[in-house]
Amino acid sequence: MLDQLTYASEAALNGLMAGVMYSLVALGFVLIYKSSGVFNYAQGVMALFAALTLVGIQKGQVPFAHLINAVTGGHLETFGWQVPAVLAILLTIVVMIGMAIVIETLVLKHLVNQAPIILFMATIGLAYFLEGFGDVMWGADIKTLDVGLPQGINETIESVTDTWFGYGFFIDNLDIVAAIVSVALVTALTLFSQYSKQGRALRAVADDHQAALSVGISLRFIWVLVWSIAGFVALVAGIMWGSKSGVQFSLSMIALKALPVLMLGGFTSIPGAIVGGLIIGMGEKLFEFFVGPLIGGATENWFAYVLALFFLVFRPQGLFGERIIERV
Amino acid sequence: MFYREAGDFKTSYRADSQTFPIRLDRMGYVAALVVAYGIVPFVIDDYWANAVFVPFLIYAIAAIGLNILVGYAGQVSLGTGGFMAVGAYAVYKLMTAFPDVPILIHVLLAGGITAAVGVLFGLPSLRIKGFYLAVATLAAQFFLVWLFNKVPWFYNYSASGQITAPERTMFGIFITGAQTTAAAKYLFCLIILTLVALMARNLTRGTVGRKWMAIRDMDIAAEIIGVNPLSAKVTAFAVSSFFIGIAGALLFSVYLGAAEVGEAFGINKSFLILFMVIIGGLGSIFGSFAGAAFLVLLPVFLKNVLVGGFGWPTDVAAHLELMIVGALIVVFLIVEPHGLAQLWRIAKEKLRLWPFPH
Repeated sequence: MLDQLTYASEAALNGLMAGVMYSLVALGFVLIYKSSGVFNYAQGVMALFAALTLVGIQKGQVPFAHLINAVTGGHLETFGWQVPAVLAILLTIVVMIGMAIVIETLVLKHLVNQAPIILFMATIGLAYFLEGFGDVMWGADIKTLDVGLPQGINETIESVTDTWFGYGFFIDNLDIVAAIVSVALVTALTLFSQYSKQGRALRAVADDHQAALSVGISLRFIWVLVWSIAGFVALVAGIMWGSKSGVQFSLSMIALKALPVLMLGGFTSIPGAIVGGLIIGMGEKLFEFFVGPLIGGATENWFAYVLALFFLVFRPQGLFGERIIERV
Repeated sequence: MFYREAGDFKTSYRADSQTFPIRLDRMGYVAALVVAYGIVPFVIDDYWANAVFVPFLIYAIAAIGLNILVGYAGQVSLGTGGFMAVGAYAVYKLMTAFPDVPILIHVLLAGGITAAVGVLFGLPSLRIKGFYLAVATLAAQFFLVWLFNKVPWFYNYSASGQITAPERTMFGIFITGAQTTAAAKYLFCLIILTLVALMARNLTRGTVGRKWMAIRDMDIAAEIIGVNPLSAKVTAFAVSSFFIGIAGALLFSVYLGAAEVGEAFGINKSFLILFMVIIGGLGSIFGSFAGAAFLVLLPVFLKNVLVGGFGWPTDVAAHLELMIVGALIVVFLIVEPHGLAQLWRIAKEKLRLWPFPH
């Protein structure tokens, strides 16, 4: 019985860590949804694209090598240099900001005042495009991402828990780093939106587009800003997930993991994204641990959604979402 | 000049309330049906049936189903793939359990079973609205796919976990299995599509359809004027799932022949059908046809141009295809957010006035 309990608490702890990773993706969704009402399905693909770009820059790959080779019949592969991790990350941030500007001028600007479903579909189109674009630009093979984050099992925790409970917990070093990074990220974002001038403008836009425009806030600048921040968050998520499981197509599927987190926490709340991620992460690991073996396993694919659905029936706006007020 | 409603006089209520009240429309649809039933089955070959016609017919059924839910009743659903899987597995279980019953009955029963499942997953829509509902329907998508993967009873304990359509006939003609001719597949799907389209058209212009649209436009106001939201939303989910289930059953039994649930009915299928509905036009039966045709033809066309025309490797072509489809969707939404159906309406307006500008 005691064994069962320690195993369960290890599963719960690992779930919490995984939940933090979900929150990282969910955060990007919340930022964009709050400030522009756009439900950005492309967030997961943005993380994939950011990770691909980072690896590509780091390894000095020639962009579009595959396509150029196909057209000209050449054999381009790499420039033959390696870029240090920090510089590569900075360059990737520049790329993501560039992408935000391009998305704003080519897509969002033209879709002002459209129904939310149209904007949502546009971001799905964007996701398809980015997915193909990333593959054409950097190649579709599985890449390893290494920016010097610690890997493997944390031995300190293992030995400490071993002396306390007589059973060593296996916790990934990377998960711990991810948890620390996301706490820092949330703190930074909260401080930014509460105390900086741009952050205040951002909240004003979130509150009321027209009122914000009338006091002289540039909507277009705010959108570029928000998409840049979302791009940065996507990069962080891409680095964490990429270091964990390699940079490949399935990375874009983490968006689907983030959706139930959003539902649970509420689409408009940054703390909601974190708490939702923790609940989902822990819930699905515990469910898989206790109930999974009885019904065939691999319950992680759907349990998060069903859990979120259950919460929604009692609170239709999620745990921390703004109350939905309907006026007739 | 070319398209006119004027001069089309009705002398009885019956004539006035017929399905297609405008004579030109009626003639157009009759002409389309004559071509579809009278000419195409005699010239169709395997390539055209498998690459273009049969998928178009099947996806058109699914798109009509989803359009009823999203376009007419305003309930966004991302669970289409899961509901199609219900139709496919229902028809598979029925076909293997009752080999002597005609396949048409199995397909309709599969639609009925899907409708029941759809109602079950539609019940939360009474409480959850908008994007929260859209994401909630993903629960149906993932749960159903997982269920069909994990419970061996659904795939008759086959070793590969796949389902394979057995050979079934109707009036002595093969409808499913390897011996089916292109014309038989095409005609079977076409007959069902015609019935579905007629049914959808008449439902949406009748009492039920008006209730759906009232709920879509503003559910609280609709409730105040006496529309029961429970019955309206549940019927929308039921009818929509019925059609989607039929489409899933046909996709598996007639078109694919064998299916693996995660691959054939994954989340991408949900998005594909939703794209058809949006690109075709929300709240338009004609739009469902147009959207299905567009998204079935586009990949075939792109593949022929990129691989056949330029001779590029297939993987580069596949990635470019993804980019082009994505970009086209965005361009489409920017240029005409109301879809192909709206373009058709504008074209009719122009034809009505031509050659005069006003």
